Amino acid sequence: MIRVNNLYKHFGKLEVLKGVTAHIREKEVVVVIGPSGSGKSTFLRCLNKLEECTSGEIVIDGIPLNNDDTNINAVRREVGMVFQRFNLFPHMTALQNITLAPMKVRKLDKQEAEVQARALLRKVGLEDKADVYPDQLSGGQLQRVAIARALAMRPKIMLFDEPTSALDPEMVGEVLAVMKDLAREGMTMVVVTHEMGFAREVGDRVLFMDEGIIMEEGPPDRLFNNPQNPRTKGFLSKIL
Amino acid sequence: MDWHLMVKSIPILLNGAVLTIELSAAAVAFGTVIGLSIAMGRLSRHKLLAWPAGAYVDFFRGTPLLVQIYLIYFGLPQILNFTPPDSYQYIAGVIALSLNSGAYIAEIFRAGIQSIDRGQTEAARSLGMTQAQAMRYVILPQAFKRVVPPLGNEFIAMLKDSALVSVISIEELLFSGKIIVGRTFKPFEIYIEVAVMYLILTLTISRLVNYLERRLAKGDTR
Repeated sequence: MIRVNNLYKHFGKLEVLKGVTAHIREKEVVVVIGPSGSGKSTFLRCLNKLEECTSGEIVIDGIPLNNDDTNINAVRREVGMVFQRFNLFPHMTALQNITLAPMKVRKLDKQEAEVQARALLRKVGLEDKADVYPDQLSGGQLQRVAIARALAMRPKIMLFDEPTSALDPEMVGEVLAVMKDLAREGMTMVVVTHEMGFAREVGDRVLFMDEGIIMEEGPPDRLFNNPQNPRTKGFLSKIL
Repeated sequence: MDWHLMVKSIPILLNGAVLTIELSAAAVAFGTVIGLSIAMGRLSRHKLLAWPAGAYVDFFRGTPLLVQIYLIYFGLPQILNFTPPDSYQYIAGVIALSLNSGAYIAEIFRAGIQSIDRGQTEAARSLGMTQAQAMRYVILPQAFKRVVPPLGNEFIAMLKDSALVSVISIEELLFSGKIIVGRTFKPFEIYIEVAVMYLILTLTISRLVNYLERRLAKGDTR
């Protein structure tokens, strides 16, 4: 579903990614962990070209991203993204946030889009918040609306960029619960997170990134209980 | 003080004030259209759009409005080789004021657009929207709210700057005053009266802008 070969990304002189290779299968849930500055968010943002990679190859569902003929908007329709800081549109209600892209990009008519949006709000437990503006919602609610907004495009892949890092602790659970449901339904997911419990419970595979490369990867049980790389050991000992 | 003259002059000056308001409103209206286009150009990644837009802003902000008025009123008919129609001064006045205010309004829009969090564009683009769709449905509606107060200030500036078109015989507020002074030789009374009328106009507009600003602030969090 996602093939990444030898990905490099420089910001000026700063090398953030130094040769990342990863293959992610359909319906797989891959959790990316690592210290801050390890390049994990940059890696994720390269997957829908919010960051342009310096060199290397990314193929999403058979479509190469760094090919001039590729319509990036067509790829992004199939790849949903959830941001650390939610990025809901503040001038629109929850419902309008969710219906905008399906109407403008997928050309759904308003009624179809709203029926779908209400179903998605129900799915994330916020059907009563349809007509509420983002400033009336808590962090956890904002992030659940953001997830519903991404799902409204019916993506084949969902990217999560530290979706719970900006939340108060008591709200982390409600967002993780929605993500777990999604994983159970067979969504292909790439999740950058510090939630090791989520990684263990839901992840099919964990990638440990440090210094711009994938230092170690493996099933969560193996990686958490028996890390091989000394870097992985050091990181896990600090956070677990 | 010739109070009698001052009272007698009110109707003529009011006529001029109406024209001043009309000129300024037209300039800000056209200026908004010009400004939005120029701002888009300046923010474009294409050098072929960004460079001329930047040059436009530099020229109209960096040269005196009076020179711009002369260029359009006297210069344009010469270089384009046409005989100015009878009321050409109005057309030239509105063009000059609009082009000038367009440069300032372009900067207002640019700042407004750039003040919107990058995450908004990223969220829109990540949903498959084009840059144009993200701008139209996500960025501009938020930016418009933020530019209302500075646009109001631009309108106030335009009310005052429009006095310059009196040099090409447009009978706006200042020109009306000049005519009365020419007839009566009472410059102090008349120019004080003109100044007070400008003051009433600008204070009224600034109250209006403040009120709008407060109303928008109420809904600003959404």
